[in-house]
Amino acid sequence: MENNTACLETNGLGLWYGKFQALRDVSMTIPHRRITAIIGPSGCGKSSLLRCFNRMNDLIPGSKVKGEVLFDGRNVYAPDVDPTEVRYRIGMVFQKPNPFPKSIFDNVAFGPRVNGITDNIEERVEGALHRGALWEEVKDRLHKSAMELSGGQQQRLCIARTLALEPEVILMDEPCSALDPQATLKIEDLMRSLAEEYTIVIVTHNMQQAARVSDMSAFMMMDPDRAGTLVEYGPTSTLFTLPKDKRTEDYITGRFG
Amino acid sequence: MRNGFPFKRRLKVRQVKGGVFRTMFLAATLVGTFVLIVLIVDVLRDGAGWLDWQFLTSYPSRRPEEAGLLSALFGTLWVMAFTALLSFPVGIGTAIYLEEYAPDNRLRRLIQTNINNLAGVPSIVYGLLGLSLFVQALALGRSVLAGAMTLTLMSLPVIIIAAQEAIRSVPESHRLGAFALGATRWQVVRNIVLPSALPGVLTGTILAMSRAIGEAAPMIAISALVYLTFIPTNPMDRFTVLPIQIFNWVSRPQEDFQHLAAAGIIVLLIVLLGMNAAAIILRNRYQQRTEE
Repeated sequence: MENNTACLETNGLGLWYGKFQALRDVSMTIPHRRITAIIGPSGCGKSSLLRCFNRMNDLIPGSKVKGEVLFDGRNVYAPDVDPTEVRYRIGMVFQKPNPFPKSIFDNVAFGPRVNGITDNIEERVEGALHRGALWEEVKDRLHKSAMELSGGQQQRLCIARTLALEPEVILMDEPCSALDPQATLKIEDLMRSLAEEYTIVIVTHNMQQAARVSDMSAFMMMDPDRAGTLVEYGPTSTLFTLPKDKRTEDYITGRFG
Repeated sequence: MRNGFPFKRRLKVRQVKGGVFRTMFLAATLVGTFVLIVLIVDVLRDGAGWLDWQFLTSYPSRRPEEAGLLSALFGTLWVMAFTALLSFPVGIGTAIYLEEYAPDNRLRRLIQTNINNLAGVPSIVYGLLGLSLFVQALALGRSVLAGAMTLTLMSLPVIIIAAQEAIRSVPESHRLGAFALGATRWQVVRNIVLPSALPGVLTGTILAMSRAIGEAAPMIAISALVYLTFIPTNPMDRFTVLPIQIFNWVSRPQEDFQHLAAAGIIVLLIVLLGMNAAAIILRNRYQQRTEE
């Protein structure tokens, strides 16, 4: 593996929603231009961990973070860092496709526009739609409502919307859980091609998906206090064939979860 | 018939029951419609003959055949324009603050409870408040502005509550999507929340304005004039409004004044419908633009 420097790194990361501890002492290193999958049973803190990377948890009243999240060596929770800047550089795709009730064009142009990028909007939008593998399907109806697209197309639009900002990282929170198998396959192909340029972190509870698409896999579980902890982390091929931890083995062989 | 269960007969009973309820609901709907039709027919029969250009362009008079509602019509237009101008931004601003910015603490809940209670306060109470606060304390006198501010206070709770409902109905996933693209809170409000919520906000404003335009009580409390023989030319002028003029005519014994009152009601209804139509056109145009 060339270029093995850390893109994202967490050190002793803890997360609280009010008094409830959602994450405990998570330390992991996510490499550049790889797909890293976070798997684990429901409620184990996968999505909470993902939302720490672009500070989306800040939007939940009462949330509190301990430890560090380093992005290219800089703590995104440092007092001088604005979450807006973090989100500008780290994109996110959600579980359910959430296009805005605007035109396809305006959806993709939204990110550049709010961040003050006004030049070459047309080219940016077209480029993003190409990379999102959606251009051919929508090039004749860019100014039609995004709500008319199918679920799979909407999700690819949301990916394209993220790509329009040329982020360094794309976080994906169960991006295929609302899609049919065919649309899922398209998104997975897209992820593989995007991984040549971008660092992708995907939360999924579909283990086959993690095994199919990811280079690295992290397995998480709730500890006895219901806080999410990282059980095992390593190359996907190793984690799925030679898990070191008994709990990982039980989970991937389908004994629970 | 399985196990001797009389399905067919029971089905008949169920269907009859359904039909009875359907008819009852239809009847309930017709009560309102019927009353409205009777009202309109009655008013038209009484007043339509008196509704002419002379009526619209004359000042009030002791002689019914010379009397008109020019000053009241313009007074209403002035007061409603200022009421809309004041209450829309303050109402929507309050709703945005409470829904998008305010932390969920005791202060927020206190404000919310107050707004909900204020929506139920009788309009005469707002009139008395307007009299002591705007007319006297702020020394605005019995002016168009004082009247508009009084009606603004009365309309605000309704507008705020409707705007809050509209803002709350914007899916959270749209907000999160915008935040994740690096939008600031104001950009989320401006580009995501407001376009989706605006139709609902406008509907609430229409309702509040429709109520305000027909209010005589608070205007009487701040002593809007009855005999006014000039059109207000600035917000500090004295004024009268249509409901007061109508009320004045209705309370006279001569029959001709009853006809004038009916004609006045027709004018009031036309102004009201015009305002609603304008707001609905505005709303539909906005909806189309955002859904394209």
